Amino acid sequence: MSKIPLSALIGLIITGTYFLGAIFAGVIAPYGMAEVVGDVWEPSSPEHWLGTDQIGRDLLTRIIYGGQTTIFIATAATILSFTTGSVLGFLAAVFGGWIDQVMSRLVDLFMSIPSLILALVILSSIEATVLTLIVIMGLLDSTRVYRLARAVAVDISVMDYVEAARLRGEKFGWIIFREILPNALSPLVAEMGLRFIFMVLFISTLSFLGIGVQPPLADWGGIVKENKDGINFGIGAALYPAIAIATLAISVNLVADWILNRTTSLKGGRG
Amino acid sequence: MHPILLLVLQRLGLGVLLLLAASALIFGLTEILPGDAAQAVLGQSATPESLANLREEMGLNRPALTRYVEWLGGIVTGDMGNALTNKLPIADQIARRMSATLFLAFWAALISVPLAILLGLIAVRYQNRWPDKAISGITLASISLPEFMISYILIFLFAVQLPWAPSFVSINDSMSLLQKLHAISLPVAVLTLVVLAHMMRMTRAAILNVMQSAYVETAELKGLSTFAVIYRHAFPNAVAPIVNVVMINMAYLVVGVVVVEVVFAYPGMGQYLVDAVVKRDVPVVLACGVIFAAVYIILNIVADVVSILANPRLRHPK
Repeated sequence: MSKIPLSALIGLIITGTYFLGAIFAGVIAPYGMAEVVGDVWEPSSPEHWLGTDQIGRDLLTRIIYGGQTTIFIATAATILSFTTGSVLGFLAAVFGGWIDQVMSRLVDLFMSIPSLILALVILSSIEATVLTLIVIMGLLDSTRVYRLARAVAVDISVMDYVEAARLRGEKFGWIIFREILPNALSPLVAEMGLRFIFMVLFISTLSFLGIGVQPPLADWGGIVKENKDGINFGIGAALYPAIAIATLAISVNLVADWILNRTTSLKGGRG
Repeated sequence: MHPILLLVLQRLGLGVLLLLAASALIFGLTEILPGDAAQAVLGQSATPESLANLREEMGLNRPALTRYVEWLGGIVTGDMGNALTNKLPIADQIARRMSATLFLAFWAALISVPLAILLGLIAVRYQNRWPDKAISGITLASISLPEFMISYILIFLFAVQLPWAPSFVSINDSMSLLQKLHAISLPVAVLTLVVLAHMMRMTRAAILNVMQSAYVETAELKGLSTFAVIYRHAFPNAVAPIVNVVMINMAYLVVGVVVVEVVFAYPGMGQYLVDAVVKRDVPVVLACGVIFAAVYIILNIVADVVSILANPRLRHPK
């Protein structure tokens, strides 16, 4: 096991802190999420480290709870995107033929339209709840995972050991989960970090536009939206959640880079 | 027929098919999801009778395929029907807002494209030294920042702390070009930053790819300066991938515009779309959505065609 480089270590620590903060939000948050504890947009003080928001709630508390929502939705959507995308991608690679053709052309069609535009069209017809947001984001993003999983699996499925498994008479389930999946895991895991960042940015953008997470729930994008008018009076309340989004994204990126480098060097640079 | 012409025509044909399929997808999505225009007008508490009456009146009872064909015909001929919320023709709104959005996107493209190519060339020239490292650092930061964050940082710095530029954009026809440019300076800066890093990095990769080929080595061995090698030998061969990069990023600009217009309350297409989504004004969402998708797809087709045309191996087949 090689030593962890400094940048990846920093990334791991910051990412870990955010996840722990999200899990234990109820324990570490100094005040209640919807509790009005002060004046409008108070500056930071020993009682309110980051000051208060546009109706006098503690901003640090809001950001901790907001992180919980943002990270939960992003994680769930990433998992959904990965399971759907990779299973369909592997199936396409193993079956080939018209199944592969139909699925791949359908994915091409979905990818020819920007995800944000598609999400806006869908959200104009259905209510935005945590569940629908996870499903919409997860399925729209699974097209990208599908492409990667299919490409990787097509390479693997022509290997001799897969051929041997086929000749042994193994079923498709065995070939996908026992032969292809273990060998396709490292590029997929590295990609997972990038997809997670994309999800965090996606949900934040939707909430910022007012069509993502709806009040009384809060998430980082929503907190930016609530406090954006303060900017014009020189109040930086809206910048704190934005900084949280950026630092989380950068630190996950650092970790993903390291995993990618490590797994490619493990395989002797073949990638 | 020249084989390249055939190839281009083939791409264009595929592009038209893709446009049709994309419009069907967008129309179909609103069709299969619960709720329709009548529901949106009357709200959740509507009685089944009034819903049925309104559906009849709006022609929503006819088969989906008929309505799709009519809708598509309307989009193509410029008759997009009326908005549900204010009953005004959608086409008028879109015509006005489209020119505002294009104005914004045009200036962002005009600044970001030459800048990105220049910085990409510099990154290659000083590969693995500090200018290159700085550029890749900025790239990492900018793909991690949401567009609205870049916007608010710039507003905080250049509209609030230093009163250089307005944070709310209002332009009208009586303003001179210079006044207009001053008004849109912040949103243009945000859009530039959003696409710059990407474009720079992809330009760098495209040129580095060319730099590894044998004819570049020959040029280096005959003693040309590094800049001459890049400018005379590497760059012409990197034009196709770079044009591709530029087109992909222009398409990306289309999406960035949506968020940036909302931040700066800029009266363009993006704001119109988001407003319509919030108000559940499905006909407006459909019209805007299909226009955004079409622009995105057309830019990608142009990128495809340009890279075919710029490829000397395809232009002069054996």
